[in-house]
Amino acid sequence: MDDFLAARLQMAFSLGFHIVFACIGMVMPFFMTVAHFIWLKTGKAVYLDVTKAWSKGVAIFFATGAVSGTVLSFELGLLWPKFMEHAGPIFGMPFSLEGTAFFIEAIALGFYLYGWKRIHPWFHWATGVVVGVSGLISGILVVAANSWMNSPSGFDYVNGAYLNIDPIKAMFNEAWFSQALHMCVAAFVSTGFAVAGVHALMILRKRNVLFHSKAFKIAAVFATVAACLQPLSGDISAKDVARRQPAKLAAMEAHFHTEKNAALIIGGIPDTAAKEVKYALKIPGLLSFMAHGDFNTEVTGLDKIPVADQPPVAVTHYAFQVMVGLGMAMLGLALLYFIALWKKKQWLRGRWLLKLFVIATPLGFIALEAGWTVTEVGRQPWIINGIMRTADAVTPMPGIRYSFYLFTAVYISLSLIVTFLLYRQIAMVGRLYDSEVKPQND
Amino acid sequence: MVYVVIAFLWTAILLYVLLGGADFGAGIIELFTSRPNRSRARKTMYQAIGPVWEANHMWLIIAIVILFVGFPKIYTTVSVYLHIPLVCMLLGIIARGTAFVFRNYDAVKDNMQKLYTSIFIYSSLITPFFLGIIAASSVSGQIDLQATDFLSAYVFSWLSWFSLSVGLFTVSICGYLAAIFIIGQTDNAADRALFIRKAKRSVFAVMFAGALVFIAAYSEQIPVWKWIFGHPLGLLAISSASISLLVMWFTIDKDKPAVLRLLAGFQVTMILFAATYTHFPNIVLLKNGEELSLLAHQGQAKTIDSLAYALLIGSIFILPALFYLIYVFQKKKPDFNEH
Repeated sequence: MDDFLAARLQMAFSLGFHIVFACIGMVMPFFMTVAHFIWLKTGKAVYLDVTKAWSKGVAIFFATGAVSGTVLSFELGLLWPKFMEHAGPIFGMPFSLEGTAFFIEAIALGFYLYGWKRIHPWFHWATGVVVGVSGLISGILVVAANSWMNSPSGFDYVNGAYLNIDPIKAMFNEAWFSQALHMCVAAFVSTGFAVAGVHALMILRKRNVLFHSKAFKIAAVFATVAACLQPLSGDISAKDVARRQPAKLAAMEAHFHTEKNAALIIGGIPDTAAKEVKYALKIPGLLSFMAHGDFNTEVTGLDKIPVADQPPVAVTHYAFQVMVGLGMAMLGLALLYFIALWKKKQWLRGRWLLKLFVIATPLGFIALEAGWTVTEVGRQPWIINGIMRTADAVTPMPGIRYSFYLFTAVYISLSLIVTFLLYRQIAMVGRLYDSEVKPQND
Repeated sequence: MVYVVIAFLWTAILLYVLLGGADFGAGIIELFTSRPNRSRARKTMYQAIGPVWEANHMWLIIAIVILFVGFPKIYTTVSVYLHIPLVCMLLGIIARGTAFVFRNYDAVKDNMQKLYTSIFIYSSLITPFFLGIIAASSVSGQIDLQATDFLSAYVFSWLSWFSLSVGLFTVSICGYLAAIFIIGQTDNAADRALFIRKAKRSVFAVMFAGALVFIAAYSEQIPVWKWIFGHPLGLLAISSASISLLVMWFTIDKDKPAVLRLLAGFQVTMILFAATYTHFPNIVLLKNGEELSLLAHQGQAKTIDSLAYALLIGSIFILPALFYLIYVFQKKKPDFNEH
């Protein structure tokens, strides 16, 4: 394997791994504090049980997210030294603030996990909220750094030199808001559906039904509300990308020819040589409308982009289709759930709705990884959009492929162990957490 | 403002060595505890370390962020030429951080516990070992920017007797910090005696490894002796550390945990001071005799200013919260009954 490709894959794997743990670590504290709040208000033991069970999940995911994040802060330099040499001082502001947010999160988590019976009950609850909020702020800041790579600003690029650096301007680049919003909502969607799906499965298997029903409801409400908001944030993102990164939009849509009244292409197999998309569903004018708010606006196609500056079309297009398709599926499920909550209570007692949630367990995370692929692969061949090419940023050290094999092995085994731990946590709910059935001497 | 940033960098490194070091040391002590005593030792150690252990490792992130934002040339040079020991250290960090949590949060306590434990204790050893190697390699003039072949560019940049012995020295410092820290956490005489023995042994390990560092430096012609003792302040730092070690030797049995911790912290601070002071503002010494200076390679003024403000504002949030966390969990009795 070519070292450049190995470096890209290692970075992609590391981020793809970290993103899952980071999202769960930043969203689950919100579920946990809601359950905790209901317990403090009502005193119903089942909510305390759910809170404690979820806090174990938070601890596992936070720790894994924290180490994989530490690794990333080194990998940026280990794999992309030329990039960091120039970009570090410009886009470092969100990272230095993120250090604080992350630190606060770790401190608050220490209070939360070990604070039972040690600190005032409401202060204890508040530390849980701090875990969630500072996690969310960390996430926003990291995405702001990434969005700078898509929308570099806060410096003047003169003859290869980076002058007049303004870190604040770089942090509030044009893409930060749309990207951070889309990412945060995605974190709620994916974590929400994953958690709800697991509890739904347990209800279907008739294990600790009261416990899992309460847990399911909290997660499902978060997931479905977020799933309804996500298309709106997606629309903001699409218009933003169309304006700033026409090459990325063209690759997402496999939009080869610049035209007015451009068609939205759904599915299909892009053929880069023939510059066409086979077997696709085409809705005339809709792309123009979605990108620029008007059916007749011209949408830049790949033909306007020099070949050397075009992102890989097939990967970006497929990933985009997967993200949107799954997003729509989850939106549909969310609407069904709302109908069930307000109009058709009997649906909630049926098995089919729960079965749909079980099927939806991994969908959010698949969509999340697909969306991440769109934004990263769609930015290629640039590491700093329009300024520095990814190939020029890679480390001179040969043999990166071995490092790639090593880290891949590590991430795969970590994923297996975490899955195994979660399986055990869930299997042990009856003995450890559910106060209706657990042995009283615990 | 650059001095504010450098002060934060140095403090973050110091706190990582002290707090993270004591944390690594807990694993090292566990490794060097005979099996019958292990579970007792572990229980004592993690009652104290549990709540703060994630926070201890944040100092490394703070230090690395300061480096890549404020001093990118230094960060990237080290990243490129010390790639291999950095990867080894990262693997240690991953293995250790996850094994610790997995051990605590596995719902079933079965044979998997043994696996988590052995991953945890060996990675507790490996991580500070490579940390020491990285620190030693950056100041010992082994990094060769002109090297053309793989071995001299990426392997002999860090593989030397000097670096290896500094790695060992770091490991023994961690064990020493942990043993001193844990003495204060014990709640019975037998445990206290056990950890006092550990602490005394680790003092010998530190001295032995320290002697190795000087021998290795002498044989590889690295003027460590001159760096540390050639300057009155360095001399002062090391001699006050030695005096405090003597004081400690005679107070170790006297049940004064706070005094012991202060003395140990003071000694390690003095060692880090002596090791960095003579080089300041240089942080990386290269083979061709050039050096990478924190002052000459700082980022543009606006970057440094905003970094300094971010750190100042951050510390307003972090420090009180951290002290309160440590304070709450140092109290032995629970305050609130669950209702």
